[in-house]
Amino acid sequence: MATTHEQHGHDAHAHDDHAHHGPDKGIMRWIKTTNHKDLGTLYLFFSFTMFFIGGIMSLIIRAELFHPGMQFVQPEFFNSMTTMHALVMIFGGVMPGFVGLANWMVPMMIGCSDLALPRVNNWGFWILPFGFAMMLSTLFMEGGGPAGGWTMYPPLMLQTGNAFPFLIFSVHLLGISSITGAINVVVTILNMRTPGMTLLKMPLFVWTWLITAYLLIAVMPVLAGAVTMLLTDKYFGTSFFTAAGGGDPVLFQHVFWFFGHPEVYILILPAFGVVSTIIPTFARKPLFGYDSMVYATAAIGFLSFIVWAHHMFTVGMPLAGELFFMFATMLIAVPTGVKVFNWVATMWRGSMTFETPMLFALGFVFLFTIGGFSGLMLAMTPVDFQYHDTYFVVAHFHYVLVPGAVFSIIAAIYYWIPKWTGRMYNEAAGKLHFWLSAIFINLTFFPQHFVGLAGMQRRVPDYAVQFTDFNEVSTIGAFGFFLSQFIFIFNMLACCYGWFGRKQTAPARVWEGARGLEWTVPSPAPYHTFEDPPQLPASEVTGVHDAEATHH
Amino acid sequence: MNGLQRRNRNHWVRLLFVTAGMFGFGFATVPLYNKLCYAIGLNGRVANEASAVKPVAVDTSRTVTVEFLTTVNGGRPWKFAADQAQVVVHPGAMTTVSFDFANTQDHAIVAQAVPNIAPPDAAQYLRKTECFCFSRQSFAAGEEKHMPVVFTLDPALPRDIDRITLAYTFFDVTDVAQKN
Repeated sequence: MATTHEQHGHDAHAHDDHAHHGPDKGIMRWIKTTNHKDLGTLYLFFSFTMFFIGGIMSLIIRAELFHPGMQFVQPEFFNSMTTMHALVMIFGGVMPGFVGLANWMVPMMIGCSDLALPRVNNWGFWILPFGFAMMLSTLFMEGGGPAGGWTMYPPLMLQTGNAFPFLIFSVHLLGISSITGAINVVVTILNMRTPGMTLLKMPLFVWTWLITAYLLIAVMPVLAGAVTMLLTDKYFGTSFFTAAGGGDPVLFQHVFWFFGHPEVYILILPAFGVVSTIIPTFARKPLFGYDSMVYATAAIGFLSFIVWAHHMFTVGMPLAGELFFMFATMLIAVPTGVKVFNWVATMWRGSMTFETPMLFALGFVFLFTIGGFSGLMLAMTPVDFQYHDTYFVVAHFHYVLVPGAVFSIIAAIYYWIPKWTGRMYNEAAGKLHFWLSAIFINLTFFPQHFVGLAGMQRRVPDYAVQFTDFNEVSTIGAFGFFLSQFIFIFNMLACCYGWFGRKQTAPARVWEGARGLEWTVPSPAPYHTFEDPPQLPASEVTGVHDAEATHH
Repeated sequence: MNGLQRRNRNHWVRLLFVTAGMFGFGFATVPLYNKLCYAIGLNGRVANEASAVKPVAVDTSRTVTVEFLTTVNGGRPWKFAADQAQVVVHPGAMTTVSFDFANTQDHAIVAQAVPNIAPPDAAQYLRKTECFCFSRQSFAAGEEKHMPVVFTLDPALPRDIDRITLAYTFFDVTDVAQKN
């Protein structure tokens, strides 16, 4: 259990002597590392690789939909693209992205030297490349990749060919990786905070990750159970979801969305934490309503468990069920509204500046709210019968996931990259990246609201000719958005590797309005930080309670 | 092992138990859901076994139309049809209807019919004393079979329901039957 790093740090070495326990040299550093910063970096690089692969898949989808009729791909391959795009982006892009941020920032924010289980952390990461190699390999198999949608509904999914067991086992692997990461985060946050950092003094990013981790522990095993039942239904003659043997395919939808709805909050709660960190920095004011932010996050976490059936209003539920899930879903708008108003109130009369992280955070607040409103429309059972499985749904969840979750990951990286690498990113390129991303993402997804309301179905490679104009706009937007991200990648790689003569000149407190323990260590952050629990000065407490804030 | 490490271990072991518990919960949803469905007729599902029906007074004050739907699953070339598209019954009256099945394939098959009732609210009021769906049916190559269904509607059926659809889907379970 005891890691040698911790022992050394505490006993043998002077704390400013990093020569003896710096990183190993060469590739083995990355394979064997148990350092939270190394693993955070690995997670982030992995995440961007997956964003790239998933992005290519989305471009194939958009190219095919540029015009009605079949252009480039076979319908079966199109369906496997929509399926794999979702799996890659959710489990390979967004989730590892946030886990990478948690790896880097949670120990530095709460003042501990590393996560509680560093070796498990290493395993948790290295499972991922194998899981995704297995999943992506199905694209080259006879019968092609899984094409029944990422929701894997039987009986359609049970018709998948050789790809099926590979898909199921890769989902198992990704689940194991997420659960180990989540357990690690919970134990670290609850047991290893520096003295004086009470729960209600934690930075909000730490709070949102704590609740996210609990959600992961609660629902990832349920998904693992559900896909295991699919596997035995297909190969071992069980009838969990097979109607002929007394099972019910609808049950799979219930079980899947019991996982799936908390999952969408797993994808967005850490984003709330990031935005709640960045907006106070650039508004130069403490976060408005810290306590209510914490309670709102917890409320969203709780409500996420009792709204799952709003994904399946059209499946034939009793009226009482439809009403319950409709009202419970609308209830989520209350804590979410609390958050949005708190962000706006934080900016109210602040001394705002608009550096790139702030631009992305503001883009998040505005565009995520649009996605929230279309979610509210979808929550209404009677109209959902019209919207169900149309591009309106596609527009909705892409608004909360791309300018929502993905913008927040980008914002977080701009915000912390000077701390990680010691090198400032290029502000002009950052601003260009923001404006291109914001314009192209709206170009991509806003028209999809209209075609969806007009009845264009999702997951179909062809469509009626009257939808052509909007789909052309959408496709142009998608290609533009994809290409714009290369500005970001080069900007960040230049910080990592010191291209264009970038020097490690970033000060410890990169942003004058930034508060928190991570800004008390030098930039770039040393390989080992907070080997001894630091003092928590009152000035670094980001979780300022309302009463205190008004007195200051 | 110092205090922090012990606390950490206790904590992650607890969380591992939660993980295992939730994995089990995924499987436990199957019996829970089935119990719930049969108890309140959720999703139009009914107990697939003969009901004990007590003689009750026939409610001649109203009539209910019962329609029949037949489906063959998985593209099998069998012929499966109801002899009557619909019947008009009084709640409480015993009614016999019949279905015809023809195995048009050149080999013996085992098939299972799965019933479903719409609207779901009506499911718990439809009682069957005889049905081909209660067990697997074996058919020789080319065999044709005439199969009766005897049912009654509970007079407690809500008055706003005047039309019920009873749907049967035949599944090919030959492979499964051979394994057992």
